[in-house]
Amino acid sequence: MHQLLQQIFSGLAAGAIYASLALALVMIYRATNLVNFAQGEMAMFSTYIAWTLVNAGLPFWGAFLITLAVSFLGGMAIERIVIRPVENAPILAAVVVTIGLLLIFNSLAGWIYSYTLQEFPSPFPDRPLFGALMTTRDIGVIAVTLVVLAVLFCFFRFTTTGLAMRAAAQNPESARLCGIHVGRMLAIGWGLAAAIGAVAGIMVAPALFLDPNMMSGVLLYAFTGALIGGITSPVGAVIGGLIVGVTENLVGTYLIASQLKFTVALILIILVLLFRPNGLFGTAIVRRV
Amino acid sequence: MSESLPVGAAGKLAPIRASVPNAAKVRWPCNWPWNWPWNWPWRWLAGAALIALAVVLPFALSNYHVFTLTQVMIYAIAVLGLNILTGYNGQISLGHGGFFAAGAYTAAILMHRYGVPYWATLPPAGLICFVLGVLFGLPALRFEGPYLALVTLAMAVAMPQLLKYFDTWTGGQQGIVLVKPLPPPGLGLDRDRWLYFFVLAVLLLAMRLAANLLNGRTGRALVAIRDHPIAAVAMGINTPRYKTLAFGASTLFTGVAGALAAIVVGFVAPESFSLFLSLSFLVGSAVGGIATIGGAIVGGFFIESVPNLANDVSDAAPWAIYGLAMLLFMYLMPRGLVGTLGPWFVHAMRKFRSARGAPK
Amino acid sequence: MRAKQRLLRGLCAAAGLMLATSSLHAAGQYGPGVTDTEIKIGNTNPYSGPASSYGINGKVHAAYFAMINERGGINGRKINYITRDDSYSPPKTVELVRQMVEQDQVFLLFATLGTPPNMAIHGYLNDNKVPQLFVATGADQWNDPKHFPWTMMWLPSYGIESRIYANYILKNLPNAKIAVLYQNDDYGKDYLNGLRAGLGDKAAKMIVATQSYETTDPTIDSQVVALQASGADVLLTAAIPKFAAQTVRKVYDIGWKPTHFLNSVGNSVGTVMKPAGLEKGVGTISATYIMDPTDPQWQDTPEYKEWLAFMNNHGLSANVTDVQAAIGYSYAQTLVEVLKMCGDNLTRENVMKQAASLHNLRLPLLLPGITLSTSADDFDPIKQMQLQKFDGTTWKLFGEVLSGS
Repeated sequence: MHQLLQQIFSGLAAGAIYASLALALVMIYRATNLVNFAQGEMAMFSTYIAWTLVNAGLPFWGAFLITLAVSFLGGMAIERIVIRPVENAPILAAVVVTIGLLLIFNSLAGWIYSYTLQEFPSPFPDRPLFGALMTTRDIGVIAVTLVVLAVLFCFFRFTTTGLAMRAAAQNPESARLCGIHVGRMLAIGWGLAAAIGAVAGIMVAPALFLDPNMMSGVLLYAFTGALIGGITSPVGAVIGGLIVGVTENLVGTYLIASQLKFTVALILIILVLLFRPNGLFGTAIVRRV
Repeated sequence: MSESLPVGAAGKLAPIRASVPNAAKVRWPCNWPWNWPWNWPWRWLAGAALIALAVVLPFALSNYHVFTLTQVMIYAIAVLGLNILTGYNGQISLGHGGFFAAGAYTAAILMHRYGVPYWATLPPAGLICFVLGVLFGLPALRFEGPYLALVTLAMAVAMPQLLKYFDTWTGGQQGIVLVKPLPPPGLGLDRDRWLYFFVLAVLLLAMRLAANLLNGRTGRALVAIRDHPIAAVAMGINTPRYKTLAFGASTLFTGVAGALAAIVVGFVAPESFSLFLSLSFLVGSAVGGIATIGGAIVGGFFIESVPNLANDVSDAAPWAIYGLAMLLFMYLMPRGLVGTLGPWFVHAMRKFRSARGAPK
Repeated sequence: MRAKQRLLRGLCAAAGLMLATSSLHAAGQYGPGVTDTEIKIGNTNPYSGPASSYGINGKVHAAYFAMINERGGINGRKINYITRDDSYSPPKTVELVRQMVEQDQVFLLFATLGTPPNMAIHGYLNDNKVPQLFVATGADQWNDPKHFPWTMMWLPSYGIESRIYANYILKNLPNAKIAVLYQNDDYGKDYLNGLRAGLGDKAAKMIVATQSYETTDPTIDSQVVALQASGADVLLTAAIPKFAAQTVRKVYDIGWKPTHFLNSVGNSVGTVMKPAGLEKGVGTISATYIMDPTDPQWQDTPEYKEWLAFMNNHGLSANVTDVQAAIGYSYAQTLVEVLKMCGDNLTRENVMKQAASLHNLRLPLLLPGITLSTSADDFDPIKQMQLQKFDGTTWKLFGEVLSGS
């Protein structure tokens, strides 16, 4: 019983990590209808920026805010410079561009910062809670993820920019006719996704330790989480991320040897998706002829 | 049925364009070189010249370069397979590295444990991958876009783990070391050159089969499903059947390529089939030309040689150079080399010939 | 055309022969890739991809050979070090190694990294009688001079280290219930199998739980929790630094207090114990053979200072906390030593012969008392290690220098 609880709670802690990156994937998908394979590596690179600032002596939250701003601008710049040229090309061209970005960020980080494992400070104290089921740091990660979720939710629901962004992604031609600056919306979408990714990276780094390959595993889980929740839904992304974390732990503990736990968890998730092809909270893509 | 599509003279772009709504956007497919608007003597001469070059080339090159070209052709077959699914049918697969692995291990296990001769491993490898592909294609019918990507990604992620888990068959992490096949006596070819010609023959056969499949009714149906699924259904195209067929045919090609890779490299291990391999195939498919047949060769060249060139440029960050090459390529030719230059070339040929007053 | 080519080849061969014979008279006997002024060495390393953290090895070799060249080379010959990126992908390794052997004509392959890549080129290099010297992997199978006389290892094999732990457990904790956490590949499994072999017939009874992880797993929390639930009181962790650090922390956080054995691959003070939290690793036991550059106890030794100066002078200051950089440095020193022993007889046969006759060779960064020795039927140079216990700031060596065989 104690083990079951511990597995569930450590699944939740891991799930919060997946959820935070899944939010960035949802953001970019809603803004541009594209899955960004470089999202994890961009988040990792942002985390290195924060790490440099903290090491230079800045207070944690100061470094946090500067990193967010830099990431936002960086994300916009990437959209303008790299993504825009393939905007009207086949979707595969855009996919390849994001794969290219993944390689570039991974390689650059290794070149600049080396592949050595680095410690990253956590803003939250490190104390066990509920009879060592969780630490205060895990709670901190979950709390920050929920804050980001709330901000995102409000952004899409209550702001004009959020509405315009949704319109621009769903139907660029009509949105343009309504006077929406579609290009600007895409750029802001990329900027916001990069900033959310930066938050994810900074939350993840104290737990997983910082190295250039920190996010390559996480991206896979985040992608799965975002899809099971419904790639268009921020709430879904968070719940999906938590589901992935807990499912994987339970499968590995009670169902099958730990070597195959992710494989089996993926199969279970795909089986669920067979009955809900748009994820648990996603909206069906409506097509008109 | 797809008969309702207008059927024009073979080798012209116009009918396909007319059949697809949104025609302005669709400048492809361009099934280079089969749809070039030139008449048979030229077409056959050009084809013969290319094949002659491919036959002469290995005698002018060192063993190492012959081996590299063999690898290029193997990747070309795999990319061709992916292109059937992704390029023609619009289903993006992140899992073809997994099917490549399945083909490679089928060949390796048959050769290593049952002493099957290497050439006889290709049909079973293709068949197993075809069945796997159809099995994957069935649930994939319900998924679109990123959801399909997840299902196929599961394949790519699961495959190395499964290979490690069932280690009595696969040799686990140690992999399987294979004895390289001997060339048939009497030809005077060494091992590398013999394998080159063996793979070349498979590549030509694969391109021919792909052309037969894609340049007719099936190809048009696949493209119609890609470009406008609802209109395709309205036209009476049996979408599930074609989509599953595309999946199976695609994985068949890739599986055969995997078997060839096992034979030529002489070693298989789970590390050979990382997720990155699946991404490489996608890159090859996009760089060569989406929905082109000849583009697969360009794609094969790209994923084989550009990482090496990148390593020559920079020891420190080879992937950064490789990634930059991808960005640059997509920036200059968003439809891939053949997809971009092909129509341009077709256009130039038409102009050239009409200027000379040749009959259309 | 072919006739012309044949003629050309013939001419080249004749010229080569003349060159070869003339240099034979000048200095000594040379194999491919060696001249009066140069020795060509080939290497593959993962500079990209998931295993890229090991790429530092190749960079350190290159820097070290550059330093040797600045100082005049080995017997007047400069080392031309060709190192290529294989991304840890075996087919790529095959291709690159063929390029280096057939096109670049390297003298030997040195410190090619990783078990699967080395497996892929094992047969090819031995068939062609090209030395595969000091492979950078610790799997047990490389020490097989009878069947593979051209392949030699360097690292103490993972199995030996694991047997050292087994001996310690049998002696000091005879009633232990052991849990094992290992990386799901040959490296992790060698530790598990070495432990089983070391415990002998008691293995089945003493090992109560095993869990594995993939390098793509973000965390190993679930595995640690499951191991704790097995009721074990001894934990052996065979994990790379990232997961070793996570394990030390998680074991502490969930209030589990086993006797923790941590493998030498992930026991660095700077990249494992410090990120995990120094106080969380107190009492951990590990074996080692090399000075950990982040361990304060070594930082005043002249050997460490020399290494540090070397790293800083060659643009590698970002890597001075990486124990891999110390290992790569020692690898390169071993090769230089072997080449010096060859004198002017630089044939592939002689280089294998010299490499197989190391006698108590001492390298600066090895622990005091640990040396390299080989013989015609033993291609495993380092067989000794010493146990150490973590006291919250540094590892404290205890007991004798041990050998696990």
